[in-house]
Amino acid sequence: MDARSQSSIATGNVPGGVADAPALDIVAVSKRYGDVHALDGLDLRIECGEYFGLLGPNGAGKSTLINSISGLVRPDSGSIRVLGHDNRSEFRVARRLLGVVPQELVFDPFFKVEDVLRIQAGYYGCGPEAQPWIEELIQRLDLGFKRRASMRTLSGGQKRRVMIAQALVHRPQVVILDEPTAGVDVELRRTLWKFTRELNAAGTTIVLTTHYLDEAQALCHRIAIVDHGKLKLVETTEALLARNPWRFLQLKLAAGTVLPAVLEPLVASRTNGSVELKLHRDEHSIGEVMAALKAADVDILDMHTREPRLEDVFIDLTYGARNG
Amino acid sequence: MAEAYSDVRGFRTLLAKEIRRFVSVIGQTVTAPVVTALLYLVVFAQALRGQPSSYPDVSYTQFLVPGLIMMSVLQNAFANTSSSLTQSKFMGNLVFVLMAPLSTLEIFGAYVLAALLRAALVVVVLIAATWPFVHLVIERPLALIAMFLLAGGTLAALGMIGGIVATKFDHLAAFQNFVVMPLSFLSGVFYSIHSLPPFWEQVSRFNPFFYLIDGFRYGFFGVGDAPILHSLLWGLGCFLLVSTVCITMLKTGYKLRA
Ligand SMILES: Nc1ncnc2c1ncn2[C@@H]1O[C@H](COP(=O)(O)OP(=O)(O)OP(=O)(O)O)[C@@H](O)[C@H]1O
Ligand SMILES: [Mg+2]
Repeated sequence: MDARSQSSIATGNVPGGVADAPALDIVAVSKRYGDVHALDGLDLRIECGEYFGLLGPNGAGKSTLINSISGLVRPDSGSIRVLGHDNRSEFRVARRLLGVVPQELVFDPFFKVEDVLRIQAGYYGCGPEAQPWIEELIQRLDLGFKRRASMRTLSGGQKRRVMIAQALVHRPQVVILDEPTAGVDVELRRTLWKFTRELNAAGTTIVLTTHYLDEAQALCHRIAIVDHGKLKLVETTEALLARNPWRFLQLKLAAGTVLPAVLEPLVASRTNGSVELKLHRDEHSIGEVMAALKAADVDILDMHTREPRLEDVFIDLTYGARNG
Repeated sequence: MAEAYSDVRGFRTLLAKEIRRFVSVIGQTVTAPVVTALLYLVVFAQALRGQPSSYPDVSYTQFLVPGLIMMSVLQNAFANTSSSLTQSKFMGNLVFVLMAPLSTLEIFGAYVLAALLRAALVVVVLIAATWPFVHLVIERPLALIAMFLLAGGTLAALGMIGGIVATKFDHLAAFQNFVVMPLSFLSGVFYSIHSLPPFWEQVSRFNPFFYLIDGFRYGFFGVGDAPILHSLLWGLGCFLLVSTVCITMLKTGYKLRA
């Protein structure tokens, strides 16, 4: 027995990945609902071991893409491979390699938490040998005190925890989470961040959709932005952030202090007693700003800089483009 | 490559889950239909006591029991698959089955087998419950089992189709009330079709339920209104037709995989 089948976080023991194949290879996938192009010839390749962010506004096509991968949606055209296995012609292997947490909160009210996880493991061909891992999932997702509770008695967040455990129960190599942190408490968010990072460190590929951009920024190595069923861009998180040339300098000034006139054009916003200056990466140096402040003998109580956030970039790329 | 996994375990798990589902509400799924069938039996046996059964050496009550049992089989096989599928479709938890590495045939097989098991339970309980009052001998056990499987299988598959197509529970109720019930009532449960006027006798011969019930009754008495071969062929034909439609729906993802 290899070490990985012991209860441990490593998930690499699922056989069946084709050597060197990307975790997900999505080619020219289209899906129409009436007049809506939910997916419009979308191509995307996600490498093994990535922590990948799939972003886009409501209705962009993220869930349609994820459901096409998991087999819940039949695309009109295109092909999808999971670690080299076609998700239609080799659905058994492909689906065993995949663990998906659907966006909607769904559960089977007939069963207890423990039963749900055992049944789910059974669907994937895992028997009693999966029990230690199920145990670990129950502990990690803090479901221990609810293990014998009927699904119908759980709170929304607790049901979400069970769904996450369900997706992981067969130790998939590729895990897709469709907005797992929508409507969950801070604690579960933290747990999930830590847990998915550990899974990722142990070799699992993670794909995450979220509308919390700070979350995507903190977790994802690479990010794709989808809109109107098309891929807008795929870039590393740093490259994406670097697209935005602005830096922000926040200054808290003593009461009655006036900012030197040369700095006035840089003011982005003023809130009771502080000003925020918007500096272009290439045109304005912080040194010059400091020198101007010093020359004018401005009394600064506090200051700090802020990097652009993914949110600023995202708005530029989606809503900016829509309005423009 | 995938030897670490057992391929039958997925199927077994789904089957076991479907069985647990009806066992956990056994009052509704077994006890209630048995009580209903017994009520029919008491009422009709009382009301029509002394009527000839049109079979030699078979009392009307004896004639009635197999028909009532088969009617319960038909209704319960249909109810089990249709309500289970509809519920998980509406609750949304069907996605866990649809995302699992289960083939179309495995899904079909698990649902149909669970329904057959529930129907078999109803049969056994009914026979046991009527035993002290109505003495029945099973003359042709193989024919009986074959007819049970074909009839139960057909209605279980039909129930799956109902579950796939229905967008409201009302649709299922309508199907039960306007198709399953009339067809089973107009199929010679309560009478031999030989006792009908010639026109209605001819009409009954195009009702598949007539053959399902008649063939089943043949299993008990060794005689029926139609030759047993006809009943078996009708049963087989119905089962093949309905399962082909059902399996095709599952394969294409009709209404389930949007
Ligand atoms: N079953 C369906 N029938 C009709 N239209 C659908 C269906 N599923 C999705 N759509 C449409 O396809 C488009 C993409 O929807 P999708 O759920 O993929 O968006 P999303 O990116 O996941 O959005 P959100 O962030 O809100 O979850 C939307 O316009 C939606 O209305
Ligand atoms: Mg979505």
